[in-house]
Amino acid sequence: MANVPDAPKESFRLSMLLYDTRYRSLTIQVFVFMLFMAGAAWLVDNTIRNLAALGKDFNFGFLWNRAGYDISQRLVEYTNDSSHGRAMLVGLLNTLLVAFLGCLAATVIGVLVGVLRLSKNWLVGRLMTAYVELFRNIPLLLWIILIYAVFTEATPAPNAFRPNPETGIASQSMFLDAIAVTNRYTAVPNPVFSRELGWLNLGLFYVNLDVIAVIAAAVLGWWLNRMVKARATRIQNATGIRPATWWSSLLLLVGLPVAVLLGLGFHLEYPGLKGFNFVGGINVSNSFMALWLALSLYTGAFIAEIVRAGIMAISRGQSEAAFALGLRPGRTMSLVILPQALRVIIPPLISQYLNLTKNSSLAIAVGYLDLRGTLGGITLNQTGRELECVLLMMLIYLTISLLISGAMNVYNASVKLKER
Amino acid sequence: MKQSVFLGTLTAAGLAAGVASAATLDDVKARGELNCGVSTGLTGFSLPDANGNWTGFDVSFCRAVAAAVLGDGSKVKFVPTTGQTRFTALASGEVDVLARNSTWTFSRDTDLKLDFIGVNYYDGQGFMVRKDLGVTSAKELDGATVCIQTGTTTELNLADWFKINNLSYTPVAIETNAEGEQQYAAGACDAYTTDASGLASTRAAFADPENHIILPEIISKEPLGPATRHGDNEWTDIVRWTLNALIAAEEYGVTSANMDELAASSPNPEIRRLLGVEGDLGPMIRLDKGWAKRAIAVGGNYGEIFAATIGEATPIGLARGLNAQWTQGGLLYAPPFR
Ligand SMILES: N[C@@H](CCC(=O)N[C@@H](CS)C(=O)NCC(=O)O)C(=O)O
Repeated sequence: MANVPDAPKESFRLSMLLYDTRYRSLTIQVFVFMLFMAGAAWLVDNTIRNLAALGKDFNFGFLWNRAGYDISQRLVEYTNDSSHGRAMLVGLLNTLLVAFLGCLAATVIGVLVGVLRLSKNWLVGRLMTAYVELFRNIPLLLWIILIYAVFTEATPAPNAFRPNPETGIASQSMFLDAIAVTNRYTAVPNPVFSRELGWLNLGLFYVNLDVIAVIAAAVLGWWLNRMVKARATRIQNATGIRPATWWSSLLLLVGLPVAVLLGLGFHLEYPGLKGFNFVGGINVSNSFMALWLALSLYTGAFIAEIVRAGIMAISRGQSEAAFALGLRPGRTMSLVILPQALRVIIPPLISQYLNLTKNSSLAIAVGYLDLRGTLGGITLNQTGRELECVLLMMLIYLTISLLISGAMNVYNASVKLKER
Repeated sequence: MKQSVFLGTLTAAGLAAGVASAATLDDVKARGELNCGVSTGLTGFSLPDANGNWTGFDVSFCRAVAAAVLGDGSKVKFVPTTGQTRFTALASGEVDVLARNSTWTFSRDTDLKLDFIGVNYYDGQGFMVRKDLGVTSAKELDGATVCIQTGTTTELNLADWFKINNLSYTPVAIETNAEGEQQYAAGACDAYTTDASGLASTRAAFADPENHIILPEIISKEPLGPATRHGDNEWTDIVRWTLNALIAAEEYGVTSANMDELAASSPNPEIRRLLGVEGDLGPMIRLDKGWAKRAIAVGGNYGEIFAATIGEATPIGLARGLNAQWTQGGLLYAPPFR
């Protein structure tokens, strides 16, 4: 530190480190850095000593041992004979599921509410304001617990759907004969294919080939449709007349996937009460519903504000110009305002998505077995590997967050103002 | 220069680092209070009343240890722990003893670095269902939704038992017994499963206990016992022999009522050693001679504690069964005090 290149003529005194503004900030930085390092070293050292004092080692071998517990919601094959690592995967997928559906729903809610909040209609505007303020200002945990409590306390038990043996009438009946909302889960029809194409082994899990076929058909249709449209544009540029493409678009975008669906014998399997519970359909557990709804409504309120701010940031001149060109208000919003507003909206939206994903670990409050519930809950507890489980869990959440913000940054780059 | 300062700081930090102390006895004495991990609330085992006073079977054990070590059974701080937090609370030093219906298992005793000091309640896992469900055996529970507390042996036994019997079920994961009670009462699960003692206590807390039955199947062995951290043998001995003292006292007919009289007049050397009027047992575990006498004085001997908290005269109504003295056909058997 003493040999600063442009050293002044006067000789260097130690007190200058503090009183000379040229050195002060450096001194402070070095000091804070040393404090930080000492703190970190203290923590690491303390951990190592305590582990040693307890006679514990640091070892991830437990991930290959038999888990021994059951998980009710599993997106991939899992039994209690599977390993802790597998249980972790099941939990991770449950986290991703609720995070993905949560981000989706929150975005839809947020955009709708954000736009409606600017509505000229007094009632609609106020209602949206009330929603935003209510959800933004009450802790998320309370919403999760409240919605869960409403589901468990205010809905009937599956038993109530059973016809009374004497009268033959059940005290509750299913909605459209397809959906039953109970105090345990919501039973919904299960989409199935009667012509099974089999399963593709991806190492970690199996993927249904029928689903792949349908997705492939949809993608193919979308791609062909683009070609058709490009051709129409070429013809329009050459001749000035755009050939009608709506029927081929309809055929490609809807017809093709539907044809594949029908060809594979797609149908719905309806849930029916058998024994203690509904079977045949999909039972979407109340813990999932509560978590998903609460996350979506809560984050949706924040997104609504972001969307509103984004729209207000676009100068009035833009919409006036659009009106002058004869665009209707709806089209002005979707073609002129929103695309520009997106630039303002995307960056804070990323952090809302990250928040939602991390907040999904509140699942513990309603017993939804996500990553926190499996790896950071039952596995941690049954194996006593606190440090390993928590570190692994942090690493996974960090990775998910970085992936989300990476993907969103790419999207942001594609919508931001292109300067040429 | 920078480096030496850094290393110096590092060493200082290393020296100051609080290491989970091996000398729990000294810590407890210095603190003047025993930190005892109990459940978050299980009628008869550990439950705070409206004034925040804890009572129950496990609570009485904590008080006995406090009396033996500190001379005052009220010098206990009760730390409520859930099935998931209890072992971490013990390992991290937040509590000195864990008395929370915890099952003594191989991996907990070894891999989790706990020491189970004995068994204070021989239990087994059972099922409770509503009477109007019409179920009379656990084998009829195929396809049922079952509430279980996570982080327990219960959830592992349940998975094993349903697998062995080729039955299916949907688990509902809950954190605490209170949550389980609420879910079960709301009908969100068909059956509630936990230790049979826990079921009896849960049922006793219902407004309509007569509408619930405990199924006959007991699907596991659950030796419940207090635990300490592995590695502090001195402390572990104190806790272990406090339990043994309570059990032995019942065997020899020493109660909180007659102990003074027996100490003065009993010719039985075993009783005299237990009560500290003969021999030097107390000092062997770094306590004074009257330690066991004080432990018994707080809530009485094992039998008195049992009768007052969970016995047949209480709403929980548990029979002694396996938890009778070995002389009465039970499994309680305290090693000799000599
Ligand atoms: N003995 C089992 C289960 C212990 C357990 O969690 N029991 C429940 C019900 S008997 C309990 O004490 N709950 C009280 C609470 O939730 O705090 C174990 O050690 O894993």
